[in-house]
Amino acid sequence: MNSDTGTGSVLAGEHAAAPCGPYGERLLHGWYDTGRTADLTEHLGRYGPLPLSSARSRGAAMPLVRAVEEAGLTGRGGGGFPTGRKLRSVAGAKGPAVVVANGMESEPASHKDEVLLSLAPHLVLDGAVLAAVAVGADVVHLCVPRTRATQADQLTAAVAERRRARLDPVPVKVHTLPHHFVSSEETSLVSWLNGGDARPLATPPRPFEKGVGKRPTLIGNVETLAHLALIARYGSAWFRESGSPRAPGTTLVTVSGAVRYPGVYEIPAGSPVPTALGRAGGPLGRLGTVLAGGFFGSWLPVPLSTVAPERGAGVLVALPEGTCGLAETAAALEYLAAQSARQCGPCRFGLPAVAEDFAALARGAADAQRIDRLHHRLGLLPGRGACSHPDGGARLAASALRVFADDVRRHVHAGPCRAAYAPLVLPVPAARPPKEEEWR
Amino acid sequence: MTRAQAEVQAHVLAVDFAACDGHGLCAELLPELVGLDEWGYPVLHGSTVPPELLSHARRAVAACPVMALRLNRLPAPPPDRPLSPTTGTRGRT
Repeated sequence: MNSDTGTGSVLAGEHAAAPCGPYGERLLHGWYDTGRTADLTEHLGRYGPLPLSSARSRGAAMPLVRAVEEAGLTGRGGGGFPTGRKLRSVAGAKGPAVVVANGMESEPASHKDEVLLSLAPHLVLDGAVLAAVAVGADVVHLCVPRTRATQADQLTAAVAERRRARLDPVPVKVHTLPHHFVSSEETSLVSWLNGGDARPLATPPRPFEKGVGKRPTLIGNVETLAHLALIARYGSAWFRESGSPRAPGTTLVTVSGAVRYPGVYEIPAGSPVPTALGRAGGPLGRLGTVLAGGFFGSWLPVPLSTVAPERGAGVLVALPEGTCGLAETAAALEYLAAQSARQCGPCRFGLPAVAEDFAALARGAADAQRIDRLHHRLGLLPGRGACSHPDGGARLAASALRVFADDVRRHVHAGPCRAAYAPLVLPVPAARPPKEEEWR
Repeated sequence: MTRAQAEVQAHVLAVDFAACDGHGLCAELLPELVGLDEWGYPVLHGSTVPPELLSHARRAVAACPVMALRLNRLPAPPPDRPLSPTTGTRGRT
């Protein structure tokens, strides 16, 4: 299974013919043909052998790191940080490193990591192992939610399949973690893997300096790692053939709500929202608004802009016309408030206060004075926590006040709209704060 | 670094909110730069400390019972060093 002379080595600068299915998919390629999980034989037949040589070569050149930099790959877990820069930082840090593959996906409206891990587990494992070799790590930790036990079992079997084939030069360990909203945060993974709670840690130190076992730690979203595995095989120029110069490559997006075929799709990065909705069969009837980026994202006004949203294009929820965006936001905020790790005062007290103000606004019980207080409280959330939980909640709330400004005025002066008590479109889980022991 | 350079270097206040218990001493000792929110947690009015308030800032930092208030010098990164990943942005989806 060694590929030193194999196809697609970045080192050799050659490009194998990249697979291109009838849908042009990269990560999800082939799935539409088979409709089932790709096992190791099928995976290697489709994408070719693991190109370890490009990852292994270190020193100044580090061809895989350079290829990822040139590809312009950015984190697909929501952060959008340049992956090449992350790889280089960890590779340059002192001592043996650790790689953590983040498959925690705690965003309630997102399923793309779950789908990717279930359809193409070996692509993710390839990427994690290649990244480990590239940064000088001697172990890979793959973290998935405890609530997805079947998925964890499948991944453990996939890892065993690779071990029997003597494919990976580093061991891969599958872990199941508590599935709270903030437990997918990078520092939560570090804390849990170090024997603590799956709660965010205050930074510095950043994980790339001192993470798991106090070692330099590369944490990558599973989709990001899968893209890395393809860049290692087909090169940066191939990667940039899709997407736009500013947002190269493809990206997975979970589309739900009022569309014909809700699901996970692979689209060119930087695609405008209408394009992504089109992949899901287009809107069902007239849309009221679209939530881009999930519970940490922003509401988009309709008619939709043909410019790609700034961030969080990985999750889109389409709301039909007539839905009460304020009630949807209030429910999401109540959930986010309950999901606070309760470590930082401004988040612990500020987020529930904002959620209560919003609930009052949604049911028409907030006067102008209370709206002013809500604005003031929202301004005090960003930048005042160990993690960006309060910042995310504030972003969602602020975008609701902006995009639904007319509804806010009507709710304040004329009471709630008829849709305020309708069933929610957003998939909001029960707003129950985790018990202390549930963080471990 | 010369002494002159060190003196023009900016000092910035930072709060470790995971450590902060809202005792409020910082706001009492340094009201020019620190206020409190409705729950008693510090709100910084701009984080850069002007030179004339530096000694007051140091006193406030020393007075915090849980060492949650920090005074950092803004480091000027060498131009050839790669930027480090600021993971304030997070893996979320």
